[in-house]
Amino acid sequence: MARRQPASRQRTVITPEGVALPFVLATRGARAAALLLDLAMIGTAMVVTTMTLLWIAGGVGIGGHEVDVGAPKARAVQALVVIWIIAMFLFRNAWFLFFELGPRGATPGKRILGIRIAARGTERLTTEAVIARNIVRDIELFMPAVFIGGAFAAGSDVDLAGWAAAIWFLLFALFPFFNRDALRCGDVIAGTWVVEASRVRLGEALSVSVPEAQQAFRFTPAELAVYGEFELQTLERVLRDGRGPALGDVADAISRKIGRPFPADAERAFLEAYYLQLRGHLEQGLRLGRRKADKYAA
Amino acid sequence: MSEPAATLLGRLGGWFSPAASAAIAAAEDAALRSDRFRLEREGEWKRLEAIVERIERGRLRGISDEDLLALPALYRTAVSSLAVARETSLDAETLAWLEGLTRRAWFIVYGPRAGLGDWLLRFFGGGWGASVRALGSDLLIALALMVAGTVAGWLLVASDPDWYYALMPGGMTDARVPGASRAVLMGTLFGQQNQTGLGIFAAALFSNNAQVSILAFALGFAFGLPSALLLIHNTTMLGALLWLYHGQGLTIEIIGWLSVHGTTELYAILLAGASGLHIGRAMAFPGEASVLDAASAAGRRTAQVMVGVVLMLIVAGLLEGFARQLINNTAGRLIVGTFMLVFWTGYFFIWRGNAKTETRV
Repeated sequence: MARRQPASRQRTVITPEGVALPFVLATRGARAAALLLDLAMIGTAMVVTTMTLLWIAGGVGIGGHEVDVGAPKARAVQALVVIWIIAMFLFRNAWFLFFELGPRGATPGKRILGIRIAARGTERLTTEAVIARNIVRDIELFMPAVFIGGAFAAGSDVDLAGWAAAIWFLLFALFPFFNRDALRCGDVIAGTWVVEASRVRLGEALSVSVPEAQQAFRFTPAELAVYGEFELQTLERVLRDGRGPALGDVADAISRKIGRPFPADAERAFLEAYYLQLRGHLEQGLRLGRRKADKYAA
Repeated sequence: MSEPAATLLGRLGGWFSPAASAAIAAAEDAALRSDRFRLEREGEWKRLEAIVERIERGRLRGISDEDLLALPALYRTAVSSLAVARETSLDAETLAWLEGLTRRAWFIVYGPRAGLGDWLLRFFGGGWGASVRALGSDLLIALALMVAGTVAGWLLVASDPDWYYALMPGGMTDARVPGASRAVLMGTLFGQQNQTGLGIFAAALFSNNAQVSILAFALGFAFGLPSALLLIHNTTMLGALLWLYHGQGLTIEIIGWLSVHGTTELYAILLAGASGLHIGRAMAFPGEASVLDAASAAGRRTAQVMVGVVLMLIVAGLLEGFARQLINNTAGRLIVGTFMLVFWTGYFFIWRGNAKTETRV
C-alpha cells in the first residue's frame, strides 16, 4: 500500500484522453541524492577511462616524458589525448542526456532513487526539453569549478574565485527551495519537473478469495451505513497486509461500533465479510451517484 | 450472469492464453461487480504492463510487432478502465495500481518521440535551420551587440593601449602586445605548420569554446543581460586584436588568420548569444503566456540551436587546429573562411529541408 503523500507534493496532470493522472513530485533530498550518485558514477567512469587510456599508452610503450616530435609514438599520444578530451566532454555533457532520453526518463542515480523526469502540464516530454534542461545543468553545477580552475590558471586571486564559486553554487542549489514545484533553473527553461516513478504490485481481488456464498456473516444496511470510503480503504489496507493483532483490534472496534459480536478466532472472516458487504453497499451508492467519504459524512 | 460471461469469453478467447480464461472463470466467482470488472480486464492490463516493463528495460527487440501495435490501444483501454474504475470501484489498491500503470504507459506513449538517432536525422534535415530562423530578431540583436563590442574594443585600445592588457586574457599576451614589431606579429600568423599537437590543440579549443557558448545560452534566463555582456566582452577582444595588427599594416592578414575558424566560431557564438537573448526576452516579455510557460517554450526552441552550436564549435576547433596552421597564406585562409560563412548562412536561411520538419518546429 502506497504511503499517503503530503498534499504539497501532489500534482494532477490531465492526459490527452481527459483522465486526471496523479503525480507525486520528487523530494529535493531524493533529487540531490540522485545527483550525487550520478556524479559519483561519472567520476568513476572518468577515472576508469583515464586509467584505461594511460594503460594503453603504457602498452604502446610511451612514458609521459620522452616525446619525440613527429615520431609515430608522438602521434599515438596525440590521438590518445584527443580521445581523452572528447571522452571527458561526453561524460560531462552526454551522460544525463543519454539516460534521460531513454524510456525510463531517468539517469542511473534517479533510477535508484525511484524518480524520473516528466514534462510539466499536459505536454509530452520532448527531446529538446531534455537537451535544454541538461545544458543548463552545466552552468548550475560545473561553473564554480571553472571559476576556481580559471583563477588557478590565470594565477589570480583563488580566494575570491572560491567565494564567487560558492555564491554561484548556492544561488542555483537553493533555487528549488523558492518555488512550489521544486524546479531548478534547467527545469524552468525546459518545462520539465521531476516526479516519483512509483511501482505498485497488484494484489488479489479481495472478493475472489472469499466468495459471498461462504460468508458466515450477513450485515444489515443499517450496520453497513456506519462507515464510509475512508474507513473502507483503511480496512482494505489492514486486510491486505495486516495479520495478527491489527486484525483483532480492528475487528473489535467494528464489532463494538455496530453492536454485533463475532466468534473467537474468526476476526479475519468477520472483517472480510464486513469489508465485502460494505464495499458492495458503498459501490452501489456510487453507481447511483451517492458518495460517502467517511463515517462523518451524511 | 452466465450470458455476459459467455460473450466475454467469445470476445477475449482469441486474445489470451488459458491463463486468461481462468481469470474469466474467476470473474464469475467474484462477488462484487467492481471486482468482476477488474478481473475481466486484468488480462489486458497485465499485457500492457508486460510491454511497458520491457520497453522500460530497453529491450525493444524482444517485443513482438503485434505487441507494439497493440500498445496504444492497450493504453487507451487502461485509461478508460481507470476512468470507469474511479466512478464504480472502491478498491484502493487496484485504483493505485491502475494509476501507476497508466502513468508508466503514458510516459511511453507520449514520451520523447525520437531517440537520439532519429532526432539527429530530423535535426540535420532542416530542424536545425528552422530553429535558427525561429530566433528571429534576436539574431539581429546579438549581431548588433557583437559589432558594437568589436568597435568598442577597437576604440578603447586606440584611445589608450593599456586597455589591451585589461581586455586580453593572460595566455593571449605572449608576443601579441602593443608595440610588438611587424615581424613578431607576422610570426604569430604564419609559419606554424610544423607545429605538433594540432589535434590536442583543436580538441582543447573546442572544449573551451563550447563551454563559453553554453554559458552565453544558459545565462539567458537572467533576462538575457549576462548573455549580452558575454557577447560584448568576447568581441571587444576581437576588436583589440584587430587594432593591434592594423597598427602594423597587417589588417588583411589578421582577418584571414581569424576567418579560417572565426566565421564558424563567431557564428556559433552569435547563435548561442541570440538563444540566450531569446530566452531572456521571452521571460521579460512573456505576452499572453505565463513566465514559466514562455521560458520553457523558448528553452525548447533554443535547445536545438545549442546542439547545433556545439557541432559548429567542433568544426571551428578542427579548422582552428588544422586548417589555420596548414594553410599558410592569407588568400587561402580567406577563401576557407568565406566558404564557411556562405555555407552556414545558406544552410540556415536558404535551404529549408523537407517540409515535414518545417511544420514541427
